[in-house]
This record gives sequence, C-alpha cells and structure tokens, in this order.
Amino acid sequence: MRNWLARMGDTDIGYSFRHSPVAMAAALVAFTCLFCALFANVVAPHNPFDLATLELSDARLPPVWQEGGKTSYLLGTDDQGRDILSALMFGARISLMVGLASVLLSVALGVGLGLVAGFFGGALDAFIMRLCDVMLSFPAILVALLIAGVGRAMFPNADESLAFGVLIISISLTGWVQYARTVRGSTMVERGKEYVQAARVTGVAPVRIMARHVLPNVLGPVLVLATIQVATAILTEATLSFLGVGSPPTAPSLGTLIRVGNDYLFSGEWWITVFPGAMLVVIALSVNLLGDWLRDALNPRLR
Amino acid sequence: MFVFILRRLIQALVVMVCVALIAFMLFQYVGDPVVTLLGQDASPEQIAQLRADLGLDQPFFVQFWYFLLNAVQGEFGLSLRQGVKVSGLLAERFPATLELALVAAVMALSIGIPMGVYAALKRGTFTSQIFMMVSLLGVSLPTFLIGILLILIFAVLLGWFPSFGRGEVTQLGFWSTGLLTAKGWHHITLPAITLAVFQLTLIMRLVRAEMLEVLRTDYIKFARARGLSSNVIHFGHALKNTLVPVITITGLQLGSLIAFAIITETVFQWPGMGLLFIQAVTFADIPVMAAYLCLIALIFVVINLVVDLLYFVVDPRLRVDHS
Repeated sequence: MRNWLARMGDTDIGYSFRHSPVAMAAALVAFTCLFCALFANVVAPHNPFDLATLELSDARLPPVWQEGGKTSYLLGTDDQGRDILSALMFGARISLMVGLASVLLSVALGVGLGLVAGFFGGALDAFIMRLCDVMLSFPAILVALLIAGVGRAMFPNADESLAFGVLIISISLTGWVQYARTVRGSTMVERGKEYVQAARVTGVAPVRIMARHVLPNVLGPVLVLATIQVATAILTEATLSFLGVGSPPTAPSLGTLIRVGNDYLFSGEWWITVFPGAMLVVIALSVNLLGDWLRDALNPRLR
Repeated sequence: MFVFILRRLIQALVVMVCVALIAFMLFQYVGDPVVTLLGQDASPEQIAQLRADLGLDQPFFVQFWYFLLNAVQGEFGLSLRQGVKVSGLLAERFPATLELALVAAVMALSIGIPMGVYAALKRGTFTSQIFMMVSLLGVSLPTFLIGILLILIFAVLLGWFPSFGRGEVTQLGFWSTGLLTAKGWHHITLPAITLAVFQLTLIMRLVRAEMLEVLRTDYIKFARARGLSSNVIHFGHALKNTLVPVITITGLQLGSLIAFAIITETVFQWPGMGLLFIQAVTFADIPVMAAYLCLIALIFVVINLVVDLLYFVVDPRLRVDHS
C-alpha cells in the first residue's frame, strides 16, 4: 500500500497534486463527503428512516449552539424529529449515487456515439452532430425536466427504483452531448494515424479497432469532463428534486431535503434548509475544483 | 447570403417540426383521452364512436397534420387540470416571465460587463481576485439555492423585500405589467437578482477573457504607441471589440433565462409560465406541457436565428467567405 502510494506520488500528476494546496483541500473535502455518504449507516448518529427511533417531541430542534438545541442532534432536527446531520449523510449518498450513475450512463452513451460518428463519418456523423446541435440549443435543465415529466406521466404509480431510473435517464440524456463532441473530434484525429491504418490493413474488425485501439487514446479529455460533470449532475438532480420531479420523498436526496425545509423557512427554522444546501455547495465546489485541477494537470501545454 | 438565410430557415423549420412531433407523441402515448372522457366501463361501441368523433381512428400522419395545423394557430386544447384553454393560460402568464427575464438580463449586463472589464484591467489585484472567487461560487451555487438564501436573508431575517408574487400589476390591454408601480419593482427585485446571478458570472468571465485576449493584440499595442490615453484604448478600442461575442452569448442566453425562470418562479411563486409548466409536470397535464414545449422551442429557434443573422451583419469576414 505504502509502496503504491509512493509510486503514485512520483508521477507527474502526483507531483502536481502534492504542489497544489487547493487540489489537496478539495480532495480531502470530496473524499470526506464520499466516505460519510458511503458509510452513512455506520457513521450517522441516527437512522432517519427508522420510524421507531423518531420522537415527535424532538421535532424542529435548532442546532446545538442555539438555545433549545440538544447535544444528541448536532445540527438540529426537521419537522418529523429526524436528525439533520444523519439525513444529510443519507441524502448525500443518494445525491452522489444518482450523480455518478447518470455520469457513467452519459459517458457510455456519449463516447459510443462520438466514436461511431468520428470513425465512420458520412451521413451517420452528420445525423449525430445535428442531434447534438439541437440538444445544445436547449438548456439541460429544461430537457431533464421534460423527460422527468414524461416519465411521471407514463408511470403514475412508479415505485422507488423506477423513479430513480427515470431520474438517472433524464439527467444522462442531457449530458452525453459534450462527450460525443469531444470524442468525435479526437477520434477523427486518431483515425488517420499509422497504428489505426496498420490495424485496418491486418484485417481487424472496425468495432474492435474502435474499442481496443482508438478508445484508450481518446479517453483523456473524457476523464476531465466526467469529473466536472459529476458536480453538474448532482446539481441537476438537486434542482429536479427541489422542483418535485426528482428523488421520491421516501428516499430524500439533498434536493428533496431542501424542498421540504423550504416550507419552514418563514417560521425561522432555517437549519432544515441551510445545512443540506451548504452540503450540496460544498460537494459541488470541491468536485469542480478537483476537475479544474485535473484539467490543468493533464494538459501538458499549461505546465 | 440568400442561400445562408434559406438554409438557416429550413433548419429552424426542421427543429420546430421535430419538437411538434415530440409534443404530439406526448398526446399519443401518455394517457388515453377516450378512457378519461368516458370512464372505465364504457361499451366498445361507445369507444369506437368517440374515437371516430375525435378523429383518433385516422392514420398517424393525418392526425399529426391536424395537430400541426392547430399548433400553428396556438390551439392546444384544454388544460386537464384547470379545464381552461391552454393558449389563454399561457398568454396570461407570458408577460410575467418575459418581464422577469428582461430585468434579469439588464441587471446581469449592467453589472457583469463593468466587473469583467475591471477584473481584466486590474488583473491580480485584491478586488479582482474577489470577483473571480464570487464568480466561481456563482457557478457552483444552483439557482434555487441562491433564491432560498436571498429569501432567508432579505425577506425573513431583514424583511426588506417581499418573497412571493408580483405585487401590483397594471393592465395595459392584454399585457399585465408590474414595472409601472413601486410595489411591482419591489416584488421583482429578489427574483430578478436570483435569475441574474448565473448570467452575471458568465458575462463577467466572458468579458474578462475576451478583454485579456484583445489587450494582447497588435492594434492595441499600436494605439499605445500612438500615445492615446488608456481610457480611450480600454473603452474605445478594447471594450468595443469584446462586445461582439458578449452580445451573441447574451442573446443566446435570453432563451435559457426564460427556461431557468422555471426554477426562480417556483422559489418565489412568481405567476409566470415556468410555474405553470412545473405544475403541469407534477400533475401530468399533457396539453400544458406540450404547449409550453412548443412555445419555448419557438423562442429558442427564433433567438438562434436572429443571432446567426446578426453575426452575419456584424462580422464582415463571414460575408466575404460566403459570396
């Protein structure tokens, strides 16, 4: 383990990482959030979904440093007496899960279409690129809202997993365009290089050339894009949930928590909204900073 | 020139027909109007009769053609939830959204451009570092959170601004405006700021980047060598040249302002089209969704078209290349 870490530190990226305090801080914050989210059922002080432990008399308690706060609820409780800190961890888990899943799906979709467009060219390329243009001329949030809305209308009595499926699909269908365009560009460059020619001459099937030879060489920029897109996807998910078409109330993500807390803003119970909001911003900001750093570190021209 | 315009027009038309097709599919495959109208226990003859009356037994493309004819006249039927004509609903809500978007755009431009110019000219100073930090925060903060925070600070804690509705509106013919009364302005302040923040950071970063780019060019060096004052160079030469892309982007962003208004309108309960749309989505009110979709697509297509044509007018190089 130590050996492996030392080797990581010696690479170019490792060097750049050790010399960038912003990247280290962002990584620390991002991995803390990830850890809390992954092991929410161990780390969290309470289980917000265990109805037996909820005490209505503990509802809407302020954070511990305000008058009336209890030490067992560090960040206060919501209207049903759920511990905000625990709800945050479980909520972050759902937000991150949806964010990562939709980025993976849109990477798969975008890289696939971009490879095909760049490798084969012609009418197929023109069609895919036109599709990208149309997608790009509409804001992502509108497209996601529409897909989520249609999904709702088609499955009015959807259960939890189906609702998440629709949510993930609606976010990833808005995100694939950027990958497709990037991959198409670099594929067109790679296509003319000797190693692809050689593979063609030796009779390798086009699909195999794309997957085994071209793909590894076009993935670099995709990695950077995907990192930044995780933040975007998490924010999109939160927005959809806030608007009421995202995560179901039975499995609240950070956006759902904010939506619920919004109703209590006027009665002065700010903590129900503000803490999930802060958590969301911290996650998005740290992932964005990491992505910015990764872009600079991987781009030799900027060094 | 003519060919260029024609090609753009055809492209715009194709996009509109595609969007109309999507809207039509919504009607076709989401929910059955016959069952909704007759109830579950209607006889097969009744169902067939109603199908024929409504024209639902016609081939797909014939139905689509009638849908298009109606859509062009702004006819999308009745809202399932409110039982009112969709076109009337949208017309009633349109002024609120447009006013909000315009005020936000003006706000973003009038604050974003000076901030960007400052950040470019005084690069590395403390204030411009702060500007860049703020803009990073503006990108990472989702719109709805900005709205909630503004409500919390200025409406709940300080009580300076109201947090929902349009306040007082004056009726000018079919147009209801909130911009003629002090109360209306009072109400639009927070929503407009919320909507403007993202655009503001975008414009600021764009102006800064363009400005830095232009300041490096030869003609600026030449202007310096001629001994022109730095005010003339910065504002007469540099800023003027950065404004072309800024205007393009702002024009394109006007469409997304109207779309992002969905979120702002939900947070502030602003009675615009966005709020109507989000209510339609949660209640699966297909006619309203379809009409909103077509209207927004139309706005986007028109804006894209106008910006493309403006580019042609503004940038002489494009004209030479094509002719």
